Amino acid sequence: MATRLPAVDAVLIGFGWTGAIMAQELTEAGLNVLALERGEWRDTPTDFAPTFAQDELRYYWRHELFQRLNHDTLTIRNKASETALPMRRLGSFLLGSGVGGAGVHWNGQVWRFLPSDLKARSHNLERYGKKAVPDDMTIQDYGVSYEDLEPYYDKFEYLCGVSGKAGNLKGVIQAGGDPFEGPRAREYPNPPLDMPYAPTLFGQAAAGLGRHPFPHPAANMSRPYTNPLGVQLGACTYCGFCEKYACGNYSKASAQTTILPVLMRKKNFTLKTNSEVVKINLSADGKTATGVTYIDDKGQEFEQPAELVVLSAYILHNVRLLLLSGIGKPYDPATGEGVVGRNYAYQITSSVNVFFDDKILNPFVGAGALGTIVNDFNGDNFDHSGLGFIGGGYVGLLQTGARPIETHNTPDGVPKWGAAWKAALARDYLKTTTISTHGAVMSHRGNYLDLDPTYKDALGRPLLRMTFDFTDNEHKMSDYLTDRAAEIGRAMGGREIKVNYRKGSWDVVPYQTTHNTGGAIMGDDPRTSFTNRYLQSWDVPNLFVLGATAFPQNAGYNPTGTVAALAYHAADAIKTRYLKAPHQSLVQA
Amino acid sequence: MARRPITFMLAALSAAAVVTYPASPGAQQAPAADPPVETQQVAYGRALAVIGDCEGCHDRPGGPPLAGGLPLNTPFGVIYSANITPDRETGIGTWTADDFWNALHRGVRANGSKLYPAFPYPYFTHVTREESDALYAYFRTVAPVSYRPPANKLPFPFNIRFLVTFWNMLNFKEDTAPTTGPTRGEHIVRGLGHCGACHTPKTLLGGDKTGHELEGGKLDNWFAPALTGDVRAGLGAWPAAAIAEYLKTGRNAHANASGPMGDVVAHSTSQMSGADVAAIATYLKSQTARLEPTPPATLDPKVMASGQAIYVDQCAACHAVDGKAAPTYFPPLPGAAVTQSRDPTTVIRFILSGTQTVATDARPTPLSMPSFAWKLDDAQVAAVATYVRNSWGNSAPAVSPGDVARLRRKVAAKPVQKPSARI
Amino acid sequence: MSTFELDRRALLGIGAAACAVPLTAAAAQFTGAGMAWQPNTAAWPTAVDLRAGYMFFTPDEAAFIEAACARIVPADATGPGAVEAGVPLFLDRQLAGDYGKGARWYMQGPFGKSTGTQGYQSRHPPAGLYRAAIRAIGDHLGRNGGQPFHKLSAADQDAFLKDLEAGKADLGGDVDAKAYFTLLLQNVMEGYFADPLYGGNRGLAAWKMIGFSGARYDQRAYVLAYGKPYPLPPVGIGGRPAWSAKG
Repeated sequence: MATRLPAVDAVLIGFGWTGAIMAQELTEAGLNVLALERGEWRDTPTDFAPTFAQDELRYYWRHELFQRLNHDTLTIRNKASETALPMRRLGSFLLGSGVGGAGVHWNGQVWRFLPSDLKARSHNLERYGKKAVPDDMTIQDYGVSYEDLEPYYDKFEYLCGVSGKAGNLKGVIQAGGDPFEGPRAREYPNPPLDMPYAPTLFGQAAAGLGRHPFPHPAANMSRPYTNPLGVQLGACTYCGFCEKYACGNYSKASAQTTILPVLMRKKNFTLKTNSEVVKINLSADGKTATGVTYIDDKGQEFEQPAELVVLSAYILHNVRLLLLSGIGKPYDPATGEGVVGRNYAYQITSSVNVFFDDKILNPFVGAGALGTIVNDFNGDNFDHSGLGFIGGGYVGLLQTGARPIETHNTPDGVPKWGAAWKAALARDYLKTTTISTHGAVMSHRGNYLDLDPTYKDALGRPLLRMTFDFTDNEHKMSDYLTDRAAEIGRAMGGREIKVNYRKGSWDVVPYQTTHNTGGAIMGDDPRTSFTNRYLQSWDVPNLFVLGATAFPQNAGYNPTGTVAALAYHAADAIKTRYLKAPHQSLVQA
Repeated sequence: MARRPITFMLAALSAAAVVTYPASPGAQQAPAADPPVETQQVAYGRALAVIGDCEGCHDRPGGPPLAGGLPLNTPFGVIYSANITPDRETGIGTWTADDFWNALHRGVRANGSKLYPAFPYPYFTHVTREESDALYAYFRTVAPVSYRPPANKLPFPFNIRFLVTFWNMLNFKEDTAPTTGPTRGEHIVRGLGHCGACHTPKTLLGGDKTGHELEGGKLDNWFAPALTGDVRAGLGAWPAAAIAEYLKTGRNAHANASGPMGDVVAHSTSQMSGADVAAIATYLKSQTARLEPTPPATLDPKVMASGQAIYVDQCAACHAVDGKAAPTYFPPLPGAAVTQSRDPTTVIRFILSGTQTVATDARPTPLSMPSFAWKLDDAQVAAVATYVRNSWGNSAPAVSPGDVARLRRKVAAKPVQKPSARI
Repeated sequence: MSTFELDRRALLGIGAAACAVPLTAAAAQFTGAGMAWQPNTAAWPTAVDLRAGYMFFTPDEAAFIEAACARIVPADATGPGAVEAGVPLFLDRQLAGDYGKGARWYMQGPFGKSTGTQGYQSRHPPAGLYRAAIRAIGDHLGRNGGQPFHKLSAADQDAFLKDLEAGKADLGGDVDAKAYFTLLLQNVMEGYFADPLYGGNRGLAAWKMIGFSGARYDQRAYVLAYGKPYPLPPVGIGGRPAWSAKG
């Protein structure tokens, strides 16, 4: 029997990036806000200290900071005709855990989508015609424009102290920045990070080929920084333990380093950790969320009533909770009907290793978003005529830190072990670098999320089931990007390169990205979207669903910038409009 | 976990029976607690309570305001702070304004018994009657709490209150004519602010060392640095504005407030008016440089080399290889007073236990040092402490492994390893 | 020589957790009190008992593992082999602990066969897979009077490992040879290159061989030092010899 608790104005499910953003915004508006996080409290000096944070085995290979799959995981398969099996070990994507979520172990790569990315369907149809978007490619427009989101991209970039160089200031292209980006109102809050040798060589080679290299925008501080909330971040020290690791000296943006020092002092904000929400409760008519039911670590059940319910967990958990709570019509790939679970997408990546004989690169020096990028082949920045695919991605040389268990690349023809392997590695380790491509994944009818019929989590509830594979569109696009990367790699003038195309079906084993998207997408039409442009559920107006859950398809950029911009955009609508007329839909369908 | 400034109390003088005193004959009983009406006097009293940091000792963690019960670790035993809410049975609800004045001014309770000088009446004796009455008025508006603090854990003969009389003869001089001058800053620092309770060195009996005001004091396994005009180990290098900034926001270009001073900033100085912190700064800047010169340290090159290696590998992450760190973010070590204090206790303690910069409204980020107790042994801590105390122009006595071991036993004997997360 | 003594200290009971701390308390609630913090508290890595002697491997298993390690990363002039680097001890301790149990992995059934893209699907957590695989390898090699792995010539050992790697050796039962070799290779690389507190990479020798700087944090001075050799020796979480005044 659940213990019923006193009502709160707003309850947030999950306390990572979007939970912290929304909690800060709603408490500023005077609401009593409760955040429920199933993981633990974590903070820099105790959990991420530079006395032990540089431990490759513990954090990357033994997954200390990530979600424990024995508690909760998902099942995966490429096609509906296969039987989904559990993801028993983390691999392709690294689920976060605890306060701050994956925002603790991310790289700090902060991007804005292109204006055309937000209108992928209409834009591509207009430019390339109906053949460019086959029936099974279920891409949609986001329902918000780049202009709508610009102020919120800006807000997140200033919150996070992003180090970068603007490429387009109010329509005027700036030297040294990304000439393809959408117009921005002002420069980045911090100048770019110092650029090491390898990304500089990449930039020179790319420029020589007529590309437009620029520094990757980084939520790693290039100098000590105080953000608009008054929160202080330190300067990045290029330690090389960024992605997959937590930052030890306050120099990587996360909820802890940008928002929580202010939020945790507020009397109208409460955080409960070790509290797992198991259900979003609805009124009898299904039109109002009355609150949530959660359990603590002892298995005791609590009912938490709330006026406003915000789903701010990771995209996969968001979708699963909607399905488990019976909210929204589950997607059926056979009929194409239903909205919860549809339009799941991901990212497609590849790489090119470049081996030098004569250049010491010291690749272990690094930061999460430290590198040089070209966006010439992202989005629709290039003419796709005759190429047989839409979408694109960035090509870049990111030097995040060559920790040796993860990074011991040897050239083609060298075995993976033995004396020859060892000799090659000893010769090459300091003189090897890697170019990567980071490509969009379009939504397809057969890529979706639902509940698994067989496997259960530690609480006995069905796991989420992921049915996903790359299609020809993604492979063609990725191969194209990889070829462009190889061109630059050759132009860098090393001894040799090794080209690693992404081949075959999506494989859950090798790490790729933690850029899962979709499942309860935003849009203009309640038949094909779960939320409106403000991330408000069409069916349940006092339920908002944040995160990359909203993306109708994924673009060629890391998602966090857009995730945050959408969250701020939603928060603004809640503060300025929704709270004045609660339980009303902000958009007429 | 709050750290509270404490003062010492008397050493044993002679054996005597425990004596209790009845309520002073003829003492008027005060009426029940006043309703919380915010008169000007009450507002004034509240502001004075902030300056005096009453909650710093009279709040226990998780307890209601001013209900007492905080254990104060004195070298003579544990004294629990009193309940000073207006509760009639367990607080000071029966006290008159005169009683309150006597407590502040002479260290005497309403029933005539002596207060232990853990309650810093040697400083509060400088509080004027008007201020005392305002404080009294404020305390009467605080919610009464029925709470009896635990009995003090003072071994014989320290548990004999009467003996405080003799301590007072040696260490206490009542201020027969307190004024609010000669300057506001001096009035605060030497009076209600009781800065010397921590920052003035003590005799064996726990009284202030005469003639050594504000030259730095040791308490509860911390060292509170000198507030004199000395450049190396005092405030000589800090402009007045920097002192005011430190008190108001918890950090400046020279240092971050943490540990017990962090609590003082959080509960007291950050909430004082700008005029008051400026006044304190002005008074402190008037202090002469008067610390005894420290002989240059004899430095073992092997120790310095190992300290440097540890520093470069670990400390530079925040403090940078040249020690200059990032002023107002991570405190610079070259020229730092805490770093160069003759007594290295605070330096060693920061390294062993870590420390959390205080969060204030102006500067809410509690930038923290991690704990090294689990990682570095005594020789390594001593080496890196010696290194930072004697690099970049710094000069201070070397730290020995024995220094570290002694402090580790007291404050960091059992580091706590956070286990793996459940989910 | 590492000065890291965490293992000894932990064995001697120094640094053992002593008190319950609100930070680690379950179901904690935070309202208005700022960023929770306690002194002397840290999530430091749990010490591994590195005193000699296997806790997990039987003598037969140890013989196989040591021989396999010696082929996967042989000792030569370039640098230490996996055996010299302590990888067998590393593997032993990993398999004896939570990793061996698959404590963080999802090990609920039913167990199906992977399509090839669904990752690890063995019903055995690593410890069980090692046991089953090494026994199956012993059986496989011993068929028709063959020598156990550790008695084969180096060339024959290499050939067998390559067969395992390519999935050409059928070990029978529920042991997937390729999956086992993949796991073994992965674990050997881990042991070879991990921080020495886990038992491998003894003396930071593997890091010295390749030039990895180790558990450092401040690399600001080296970002723009294009082409220059890195001047500092590697350091582990337990430190390096220079941390001790005794050298």
